[in-house]
Amino acid sequence: MSNDNVLHGHPDVETAHELHHDGHHVHHKETFITKYVFSQDHKTIAKQFLITGMIWAMIGGLFSVLFRLQLGYPDQSFPFLETILGKWAKGGKIQPEFYYALVTMHGTVLVFFVLTGGLSGTFANFLIPLQIGARDMASPFLNMLSYWFFWLASVTMVSSLFLETGPASGGWTSYPPLSALGGASEGSKAGMDFWIISMALFVVSSLLGGLNYIATILNLRTKGMSMTRVPLTIWALFFTAILGVLSFPVLLSGFILLLFDRHAGTSFYLSDIFLNNSQIALPNEGGSAILYQHLFWFLGHPEVYIIILPAMGLVSEVMSTNSRKPIFGYMAMVGSLFAITVLAFLVWAHHMFVTGLNPFLGSVFVLLTLLIAVPSAIKVFNWLTTIWRGNIRFTPGMLFSIGFVSMFISGGLTGIFLGNSTLDLHLHDTYFVVAHFHIVMGVSAFFGMFAGIYHWFPKMFGRYLNNTMAYIHFWITLVGAYLIFWPMHYEGFAGMPRRYFDFSIWESFNQFNGLNRFISIVSIIVFAVQLLFVFNFFYSIFKGRKVTTQNPWGSTTLEWTAPIRPGHGNWPGEIPEVHRWAYDYGKDDRDFVPQTEPVGPNERHH
Amino acid sequence: MSTIFLLAILFLGFLITFQIAKASEYVGILKGEKKTFEQNNRINGFLMITFLVLGLIGVYWCNELFRDKILGDAASQHGVKIDNMLYITIAVTGVVFIITQVLLFWFAFKYQFSEKRKALYLSHNNRLEVIWTVVPAIALTVLISFGLYYWFNITGDAPKDALVVEVTGKQFAWIFRYPGKDNQFGKKYYRNINEGKMNQLGLLWDDKAAQDDIIVAGQEMYLVVNKPVKLIINSRDVVHNVGLAHFRMKMDAVPGTPTTMWFTPLYTTAQMKEKTGNPNFEYEISCDQMCGRGHFTMRGVIRVVSEDEFLLWRAKQVPAYAQLMQANAPATPGPDSTTKITPRTPAKAGAEEMNSGH
Repeated sequence: MSNDNVLHGHPDVETAHELHHDGHHVHHKETFITKYVFSQDHKTIAKQFLITGMIWAMIGGLFSVLFRLQLGYPDQSFPFLETILGKWAKGGKIQPEFYYALVTMHGTVLVFFVLTGGLSGTFANFLIPLQIGARDMASPFLNMLSYWFFWLASVTMVSSLFLETGPASGGWTSYPPLSALGGASEGSKAGMDFWIISMALFVVSSLLGGLNYIATILNLRTKGMSMTRVPLTIWALFFTAILGVLSFPVLLSGFILLLFDRHAGTSFYLSDIFLNNSQIALPNEGGSAILYQHLFWFLGHPEVYIIILPAMGLVSEVMSTNSRKPIFGYMAMVGSLFAITVLAFLVWAHHMFVTGLNPFLGSVFVLLTLLIAVPSAIKVFNWLTTIWRGNIRFTPGMLFSIGFVSMFISGGLTGIFLGNSTLDLHLHDTYFVVAHFHIVMGVSAFFGMFAGIYHWFPKMFGRYLNNTMAYIHFWITLVGAYLIFWPMHYEGFAGMPRRYFDFSIWESFNQFNGLNRFISIVSIIVFAVQLLFVFNFFYSIFKGRKVTTQNPWGSTTLEWTAPIRPGHGNWPGEIPEVHRWAYDYGKDDRDFVPQTEPVGPNERHH
Repeated sequence: MSTIFLLAILFLGFLITFQIAKASEYVGILKGEKKTFEQNNRINGFLMITFLVLGLIGVYWCNELFRDKILGDAASQHGVKIDNMLYITIAVTGVVFIITQVLLFWFAFKYQFSEKRKALYLSHNNRLEVIWTVVPAIALTVLISFGLYYWFNITGDAPKDALVVEVTGKQFAWIFRYPGKDNQFGKKYYRNINEGKMNQLGLLWDDKAAQDDIIVAGQEMYLVVNKPVKLIINSRDVVHNVGLAHFRMKMDAVPGTPTTMWFTPLYTTAQMKEKTGNPNFEYEISCDQMCGRGHFTMRGVIRVVSEDEFLLWRAKQVPAYAQLMQANAPATPGPDSTTKITPRTPAKAGAEEMNSGH
């Protein structure tokens, strides 16, 4: 196509392929396998995480479309569902067991595989070495293992979908005794074992990754790159890794005890159980079902920060760059990230206010939970001040960053309802909770991730994503996300419980049929628009407009000093030295001053 | 057929969007990158402010649409407090929500790129930062204080004269037990559960206190209006949750670990039918903790009635033990031998007594 010349032009900066021969540090011969499959290059591993995460996001999103069909059209049958799903949708109606399996898988996949593996995995891998000025991770080999454990976890989880008794169906939290007893639920048979094994592999992946990120950030910063000069993305990814390393092992221990209860006859979580199906009293006595909840939420709560901190870091960076202004209150941003990290470990029992928890203990958790609102508020006000009197370029990355802040405010404020145990008595496990966490960590984290993808795509693939598709993607997703989740708060106020397959027998909750249908329709549209993004992503890898300048966004950070398509090792010659912090935008009448530029004699201090 | 049709439309939609997107990229390049950028920036800036305005209208409209469908009057004294707390929280967070969202989109619109504007180099301002650390902290302290005041009020001990009812969840129904004339629950042990032998809670028939216990058939619990009630909550299998939307209360049912909650119903079911104008109104018990495939069908009903009606209802109930005797009358005169206490029970039964000793 002749137009392609118009579109792609000729890059005036040489690419790494040309430079490759000059690089002395990477002289091993690369085959297809070592370059694209078992690669130890952090950039390739990042792309592997990203693409795997995107595939998972499509699967997880599709699950939500399927169960939204049930919620929106409880009386209708869809023959095509039986064609695809067989016995799980007998007569074109999704069966309750399968509905619960879908809900469980949607949660597990999105929380762990997409927003932890896909988000942290991608950006920690891609940005840490590039932004701190390192050639690769501290241990490229462990880094590669981290991805392949993630891959194994993925394969195990996917396989569980094809089991005779179906995948796990006890909710993404998998509370025992339901998850411990095959006799209580079909999904607690083989599906649950697959789920636990897959999650265990995922924990290994996440630990290997996390330790590597911490080691790299602490040890491999380039000359001059002190911790107070690193971009906020690095701080955010650093705290994320610490959260993961300290809390995932606790989750793993919880899972191991669960495995013992399932197969070794132990009674860690089991006591006084009489199974209705088989009319059998189990021999287990003395266990505590609540113990699991403590172990689970000791990770489960930090997990939501594991999801949101990287997004905060990405957004801070993208916002500052596109406002052409320094991030406001860098130290306060770091401080609030630190405060959130510490508090994240001290609030887990706010998920358990109605388990019979001692009310005094509950009150301590109320206090600590609502304290988190303070650093969160600081961050929001700092973002607002960052765009105040800026000169804003609405790149797709910037749009998603603004969307992130909007969503984070909306979802954060409803956290103040739920963290207050008095209100939790009414709102616990209703649609209010669904609305809250989807907005604050689902949509927000996705927006952060999209901001990151749009912003660093040129660095990843040397091409741009298509802008028009990006704008459509952003606006429909933003509007759609609010249309889906905002009305859910009202369903929650009415006490409408989550995880219900059908509300028709309930006098108290059946007034929302029309609303449920509306939500379902919007979520299908939003899902379709995400497919548009995925298309844009893969199309642009091969056909997108080529990046022709080294620093297309006019950024100060180090990754934009590397070649357009950096090879393994990132910089062809010496690693650049750093002389200033990452946010000198609009200083002394200059649009931006790169980190690599020495501080001039007459420069004012920030 | 309609599926294929839908898919075709979807595909076409994609194709058109893609073609437009591609064409606009070519046009952009021909027009010059700078001009395209400025044009896109203006459009997005305009959309920012449009989104803000339409969004705020939408928030108001959504509220108008659903405000009558959600809470209704709280039907318990605790519920009234919880609603108060809810309104306080909505007021505080509502103000913050509107201020921050307006600032966000207004700034985005106002400070969009312009050739003439120069971004302000502003890296920090300690005074501002102290203000927005302290103000939220104060606001939260207020919310925490109200919250904990109500919380201790609600979770405190039930009044001595409270009616006590035991609720046990099983997959996928509720079992209600009243203590009978002696006001004492009899001992029970889960291994004695035998539905065929009319013992769905595993009561120990040797225990005198168990012999007059009433186990309610069907899914209806009777409570007295304006009289505090304390629920002792158990589960027979997995974790359930006694969710009472109208009373604004909720408590897990955990196998092996009894939990409690208490509240005072303010209106009878009949009064609520009138208040809501819904002749089908019932106080429903919803299971609010995922408990398996029938989770969504685990519906119980609470009938709140006057003291007299309650006494009348209770007088009609036949204790479970008496029912068993009746059924066994011709064959065995005494308690069934298979339901004898197993050697391991005493410790368990002791714990049970602690729960029911009121």
